[in-house]
Amino acid sequence: MLTHFSAMLLFALFMSVVFGITQRSQPRMMLRFGLFCFGLSVGGVIVASWLMWAIKH
Amino acid sequence: MATPAPSHARAAAPTAKSSLPALVLLLGWLVPGAGHLILGKWLRGLLLFISIFGMYLIGLALAGKIYLPNTGDVLDMLGFVGQLGMGLLYGLARIFSLGATSSVNTLADYGTKFLVCAGLLNLIAAVDAHSLANGRKPS
Repeated sequence: MLTHFSAMLLFALFMSVVFGITQRSQPRMMLRFGLFCFGLSVGGVIVASWLMWAIKH
Repeated sequence: MATPAPSHARAAAPTAKSSLPALVLLLGWLVPGAGHLILGKWLRGLLLFISIFGMYLIGLALAGKIYLPNTGDVLDMLGFVGQLGMGLLYGLARIFSLGATSSVNTLADYGTKFLVCAGLLNLIAAVDAHSLANGRKPS
């Protein structure tokens, strides 16, 4: 069964693949942009999670 | 003043009025990645299919909601438009009554978002294939 975090990881992975392929023309740039989108998504979620934790405490 | 098209775009653009871009757009919408496959970009097509179909399967596995048209709620209508972007996958979900009629918990709500985003990403992929076919995107 998926947890919230694993669901988010899969979402970020699939979204990054599509964004990488569609938003860049060269394969190397596709890979770079896909990795950038994935890192930004996962990093953003981790930062937002800690922010929510800090607000709660 | 109109900006002239780059030379690579002019070179790739079809000389005569062709129905290929429209066909690619339609097939890319109906089946994720099919537009890229028709254009010979099989690896991109395969990756797009795996990604969008994967999101679709996860959305259904999480008991995500399949939106119906004409429910009267604006958000429901937007969700319907988003999911309609999945093309045949949305039709299959409707025909075989896959998915849920409402989100019952948080993970089911995640599933609904997976399904809507799968549709929106499929639309982006179909438009990308269309841009490749008409030469607006170089490669």
